[in-house]
Parts: sequence; structure tokens; C-alpha cells
Amino acid sequence: MKKRLLRLGAQWLFLVLLLTSRSTGPLYAQPLSDSGFLAALGELPDAGFDDKYRIVEQLAQSGHPSARAVLTALLEDRLYCRTQDKKVFLVKPGPEDAPTLELIDPLTLKDIGSAPTDTLDKIVANNRLRTILEQMRARFRLSSPDAATRLQAVRDIEQNLNADTIQLLRERSSTESDSRVKKEIATGLALAVLDGSDTQARLSAIATLRGSLRQDVVNKLGSLIEKSPDGGYVESDKQVRQAAEAAVKSIDLRRSIYSGVQTLFFGVSLGSVLVLSAIGLAITFGVMGVINMAHGELMMLGAYSTYLVQMAMPERIGTSIFVAIPVAFVVSALAGVLIERMVIRFLYGRPLETLLATFGISLMLQQLARSIFTPLNRSVKTPAWMSGTLQLNEALSVTHNRLDIVIFTVLVFAALLVVLKRTRIGLEIRAVSQNRPMARAMGIRSSWVDAMTFGLGSGIAGLAGVALSQITNVNPNLGQAYIIDSFMVVVFGGVGNVWGALMGGLSMGVVNQLLEPYTGAVLAKIAVLVALVLFIQTRPRGLFPPTGRASENL
Amino acid sequence: MHKYTTVWVSARRDTGTKWFLCGLVLIAIVLPYLNLAVPVSSAFHLSNYGLRLVGKYFCYAMLALAVDLIWGYCGILSLGHGAFFALGGYAMGMYLMREIGPRGVYGNPVLPDFMVFLNWKSLPWYWYGFNHFGFALLMVVLVPGVLALAFGWFAFRSRVTGVYFSIITQALTYALMLGFFRNDMGFGGNNGFTDFKDIVGFNLDSPRVHAVLLVITLAMVALSYAACRAIVASRAGRVIRAIRDAESRTRFLGYRVENYKLFVFVLSAVIAGIAGALYVPQIGIINPSEFAPLNSIEIVICVAVGGRGTLYGAVVGAVLVNYAKTYFTTAIPEAWNYVLGALFVLVTLFLPRGIVGLSSYLRVLLRGRRGAIRQFRMESDKLEPTRK
Repeated sequence: MKKRLLRLGAQWLFLVLLLTSRSTGPLYAQPLSDSGFLAALGELPDAGFDDKYRIVEQLAQSGHPSARAVLTALLEDRLYCRTQDKKVFLVKPGPEDAPTLELIDPLTLKDIGSAPTDTLDKIVANNRLRTILEQMRARFRLSSPDAATRLQAVRDIEQNLNADTIQLLRERSSTESDSRVKKEIATGLALAVLDGSDTQARLSAIATLRGSLRQDVVNKLGSLIEKSPDGGYVESDKQVRQAAEAAVKSIDLRRSIYSGVQTLFFGVSLGSVLVLSAIGLAITFGVMGVINMAHGELMMLGAYSTYLVQMAMPERIGTSIFVAIPVAFVVSALAGVLIERMVIRFLYGRPLETLLATFGISLMLQQLARSIFTPLNRSVKTPAWMSGTLQLNEALSVTHNRLDIVIFTVLVFAALLVVLKRTRIGLEIRAVSQNRPMARAMGIRSSWVDAMTFGLGSGIAGLAGVALSQITNVNPNLGQAYIIDSFMVVVFGGVGNVWGALMGGLSMGVVNQLLEPYTGAVLAKIAVLVALVLFIQTRPRGLFPPTGRASENL
Repeated sequence: MHKYTTVWVSARRDTGTKWFLCGLVLIAIVLPYLNLAVPVSSAFHLSNYGLRLVGKYFCYAMLALAVDLIWGYCGILSLGHGAFFALGGYAMGMYLMREIGPRGVYGNPVLPDFMVFLNWKSLPWYWYGFNHFGFALLMVVLVPGVLALAFGWFAFRSRVTGVYFSIITQALTYALMLGFFRNDMGFGGNNGFTDFKDIVGFNLDSPRVHAVLLVITLAMVALSYAACRAIVASRAGRVIRAIRDAESRTRFLGYRVENYKLFVFVLSAVIAGIAGALYVPQIGIINPSEFAPLNSIEIVICVAVGGRGTLYGAVVGAVLVNYAKTYFTTAIPEAWNYVLGALFVLVTLFLPRGIVGLSSYLRVLLRGRRGAIRQFRMESDKLEPTRK
């Protein structure tokens, strides 16, 4: 009896030991010293495949800092041994038939020069070894301290789910701390369960998958409710089928909401470009009653300023944009003040003639740009921090440059409001726009205020040019493309009102973007123009019509 | 009866009109003679190309006349008159395309080449009837006229005035340009219409046909000039000028301002359409770039250069500016935009009455009394409603 108990105890102990050693093996393994690591590595070139499995396992469990790099290299056929002294090296990835290979020391992972290809032998792997290595790599990546790497690892594993990888995911899910990775693992495990036969497990898996937004999840669930060619359902379990159907509907609904949000965002970002170009116009057109047809060319000046600033500091593209913003503002503002002093001030009170004169100026500025910069496109580089996309979730991503333009527009708009409402010049601008003779009687130099107002509006055009240079090519016709749209925005929003320009620009951008999938870009534009003409019928002075005395003069 | 005699009497007293019409007749006689009868070797020979160019100038002159009627007399600045011009041109172009018949590259008797090229199976409905010259002429008048009627009705009824109207008209021509650039509109897309063979049976390669077209163009310029002159000299013309100078006051006096405006606007669009129809057979091509906002605004500057509110000034301005354009774009192409731009600025700043008003302006300047100069400027400013 005692003997039997003892035997049972021993068996049980053995079992426990076996289990723990299997599941937490790496923790118990002794970290190999550098020499031990090198010794194990040295066995690789001459070992048969059976030995290789063992050595690889040993290396993987060694906990040595270079193990991962070495094993990855073996997986990618980048592990070589030198023929003369059997030393093992990593090589850098390079062209297939390069005459020399760039060597990397396996211990320190530092470059140690290059060697001719024919003095080196590749250490080969077979399919089984590759599978083992793949698993190891997945394990390494799953235990990486970087959450993004772990997330990507889970996604890669989901691409080929099998018993081993599912096991890996299970192991990880218990220790995982990052909520996104955890969710991703749950999705992966649920996808695996779907292929099983346990109804209850499958139903709960579908409930888990309902929270996902991914296209492949929809496809997987969709395959459950498909009909086979003979009319019956592929999936025989009715409960599972209904749950899958509901889940697909729910996911589709949320996906379409997100894509609506995305369209809206595109519209807003398109609109904010319009807003940027229109608020400058709203100031000169509304506050001063001056039609500035050269506004588009002032934007062009801003865009070329950005280009020149970037040319001047080619190593610092990221910071050049911050230099370009004030430079573009000053260049365009100066040009604006010059135009005002030389031409427009003689034409106050004659809006149609101002329109013609400024159109002439716009022609000359365009030709000037063509003479200096040639008619060719000049591309302004996008700084690294402005490129790429921001993935908000599986169904919603926004590009950085569009997002930054929206933010930029908000900042410019806020700054403009502060200038108009909180500074002395802003007060004077508003006074002159409301009642010029009275403002003059109060001692305001109205002609100076005119020049400053025009400078402010032109400077904002320059800022719009900076933004434009990030999304389109810079060429002499840059302003032309936007000027008519900007006028539409001002007419739509109501003259003399920066809020009107904001609302007008955003709504035109959004409407354009909403129409585009159905009608195409050109027809959308035409539709917006026609809608605007009809809109003017009911509200001839725009969304926010000017009120009071100022309105009588326009 | 009395009304017409006053118009006639005022026209006879008008020395500017007399000189202008005499000039047109002189050109109609001399230029075809120089082209057809004077031998090529002579220094006085006018080349076929030159003859066509003059024809083109006078088509633009007619368009300028149309713009002057509404801008100079009614204070409506249209920046989209090129659209009516181009529509008239397209209507004529459709006739000329049908007239090609089986002589096209693809030899299709019904479908124009570009439709065959785009794999169209049958003629779109809006091309029906354009094989008849008379129908095409009707459309030359109707299409711009109806568009102007609809557009003007909407715009004037809701009192869209001044710069608002200018911008909306610019948007109109811009939208039309975008539309006509599309291949599936059925108007040849980017390339428009070209390769015309003949017009009512007369070969379009022959210089004699072009001489006749030039004479017809000049006759149409004279005719539309006379029509515009008759209108501005009539009682209605005075109302129209009153609208220009004080729109609200005219309305309060009981006149239906929108109706008067609509009338001149439609008439002006029709004149522009006819000008476009004359332009196409002489130039041999029509494409969507005729809708470009720049074209329309160039015509406005022609009127300003010649002198607003005189009618003949518009014609003089259009011929001079377009001659300058031909000269500069061939001799020093990059300078043309500077010249045109400078024209816009200088004319608005220093030539309030254009070239035809130059002599009276100089007279005032030479007399040198500041008061007189201001008086002159203020009178010139009256040509559009002032903001004081």
C-alpha cells in the first residue's frame, strides 16, 4: 500500500515536473555564457538536421541577447560559416549574387567588414527547421516588450492558425497586459474556435468577434452564412448561422458608420483648405469691399516661399515648415501691402474696377512665377512627422498631412479671431469696416488701417499657400485652381464674416466629398456651383449676411 | 412712330457712330480686295491667315460690344460672357461636324469622328436637327438666349448685383468649361470640334469663302451695333442707364428693374452667341478652352481699353487688344501676360474712359484745372454705382 502510494506520488511529481518544465521551460534554463553560446553555434555547420533541431532549441532557450538575431538569420538564410576556420557569421541582407557579403559578428552583432562569397558556406535549413524557427520567432515577438510588435505578431499568427500557434496565443493571453494585444489575441482565438464543432464555444466566439471591425473577420463570418450551390446552407448549425448573420450585420453597420466618419473627415480637410484661402478673402472682400482677384497668386507666393525655405535648409525638412510659416506670411503680406498702396487705394468705392486691376496683377504675378520658377511643378517635401497615416481603428484611418492641415486651419482661424477681437489694430479694422467716416472722425488713420487689413488678408493667403504646398504640387497656376472655389465660399458664407467663411468652406468641402463617389469629381463641382446659384436665390447675402450700416454699401 | 424718329435723329447727330460705320464699310471693302485681288508678290497683299485673323478680331469685337451693352450701360459686369460666345460657337460647330458627313477619318455618314472613336453607337438626341443649317442658326440664338434668360431670371429676381453677379457668372463659365471637358458630354471633350470641310456647300479652305465670312462678320457687327445703339438711345435705354447710376432709386420710381436688366442681358447673350457662331468657321476649331474664365475677363478688359459706355469703343478696344495679343504671343510670348496685366491696371487707374475718351481726358488734363480733372473723374466714375 505504502509502496503503491509512493509510486503514485512519484508518478504525480514526475508529471508535474514534466508539465512545468514544458510550459515554463525557458525560465528554468540556464542563461548560456558567451563562450557556451559560441560553442553551441560552432556545432551548427557540421551538424545533421536532428542535431540542428536540438542546437536551435538550446540557442532559443539560452536567453542570450544575440540568440534572436542569430535564429532570425538562420530562418532567412543569412547565417554563414567561414570555410577556413568554421567560424559562424551573420551577413547583412543584400542582392542574391553579390560577390562579397557584409559580415556581422554573432556575439556583439557589430559589423566586422566583408568577405568574398566563395570563402563562406551557407548554413542550410530544411522545412521542419524553418517551421520550428518560425514558431520561435513568433514566440520571441510575442514576448517582445514593445506592444506594437506583439500586436503585429498576433496578426501574423492569425494568418496561419494551427494547433501550435493557437497554443502560443493561449499562453500569451494569460500574461498579456496591453488591452489592444489582448483583444487581438481574443479575436485570433475566436477565429480558431469557429472552425470547431462545439456549438456553445462557437457562439461565444461569434459574440467575441462581433466587437471586431476587420474585413477578414467579416469574410470569415460571412462564409458561415453562405449558401452552397445546391441551395442548402454550408453551415448546418442553425444557431451558429443566425448568430453569425447578426454579427455580420452589426459589424457592417459599424463599418459603414466609420467610413461615413472618414468621408466626413476628408470633407473637413478639403474644406479647411478652402477655409484657409477664403478667410483671407473674407477680410479683404468683406471688411474692405475690395475684390482681390490676385488672392490666389498670393497663395502661390506662400507656396513658393515654402519651397524656397526648404531649398535653403535641405537637411532639416521637418523644421523648415515652421520657418516657412512666418516667411510665407511676411512675403505675402508685404506683396499685399504693396498692391494696396500702389493700385487698390486709388480704386476704393469702385469694386468692379478693383476686380479688373487685381486680375491684371494676378496675371503679372503668375507670369513672374513662370519666368522665375518655370511652369514646371515644384514638389515640396512633406516632413516625416507629417507623412503616414494615423490608424484609429481597423475601419478608420486618417492621413497625417490632412489632419495637420485641419489643425493648422483651426490655429490660424483662432489667431485671426484673437487679432480681430483682442488687439488695437483689430478694433480699428472693425471700426473702419462698420463706419469709415465715423472711424476717421474718432482719429483712426483709415488709409493705414486699409493697408494693414489688406496685409493681414494677404498674409493669411500666404499661410494657405504653405498648407497647399503640402498637398499639391507648387506651380504658377496653383492659385487659379482655388480662387473660384474660395469666392464661392465667401459668397456662400456671407461677406465680411470670418465665421461665414469657416462654415461655408467646411460645408462646401463636405458636400463635395459626399457627392464625389456618386457623380465623379467634375460633376460634383458643377453640382456644388449650381446649388450655390440656387442658394443665392433664397439668401442673396449668404449664410451670415452683413447687418447694419456696413451692409448698405456692398 | 415718333419714338423711332428720335432714335434715327439721335443716330444721325452721333458723329462717333458715323465714323464707326464708315470704318466698318471701308474694312469690308479694302481687306477682301487686298487679299483676293492684290497679287501675292505685292507688299500690300493680305495673306489668308491675316484675313482670318481680322475675322477673329471682329468676332471678339462683337462679343465686346455685347459686354459693353450690359456693363457700360446697365452696370452689370459679366465675367462669363465667353460662355455665351462658346455656346453659340458649339452650336455652329455641331452643324459643321454634321456637314462633314462621310468625309471624316472613319467615314461614318452620321456620327462625327470623335463619337466613332469613343464607340458611340448612335447620335445623342441633342444632336438631332443640326444637319440643317437653319436649325443650327436657330440654336445659335436660342441656346445662349435661354441660358441667359434662366440664369438672369434667377439672379436679377433675387437682386444679385455688383461683384456678386460677376463672381457667379465667372462660376457659370467655369462650370461649363469643366462640363465640356468631359468626353461623355458628347461634345468632343478636350479636343472639341475641328477638321471642318464646308459650310452650306462652300469649301472652308477657300480664301474667297473666308472673305465672304469676314464681310458677314462685319455686317453683323454693324447690325448689332445699330441694335444696341437703338436700344440705348430709346426710352428704355434711359431707364437702363438710370439702373446703372442708381438702381434703388429707379426701382422706387416704379420701374421693373429686373425686367430691364433681363432684357439687356439676354440680348447681350444672343449677340455673344452669334459672334461665337461666326468665329468657329473662320478659326476652324472650337474647344472647351473658349469657356475659360480668362477669355471672358479679357473681353472685359478690351471694353475697358476701348472705352466703356460708347459701344464703338468696345469694338476698337477688342481689335487693338487682340492685335496686341497676336503680336506679343508670336514675338515675345512670355511678355504677353505682363502686357495684359499692365493693361488691366493702367487702364483702370489712368484711362477711365478708355482710348476713345482719351482726347477729351487729355483736353481736361492740358487745361490743368484740378477741379475740372476731378469733375471728369467723377463723371467717369458714374459709369458704375459708387460707394461713398
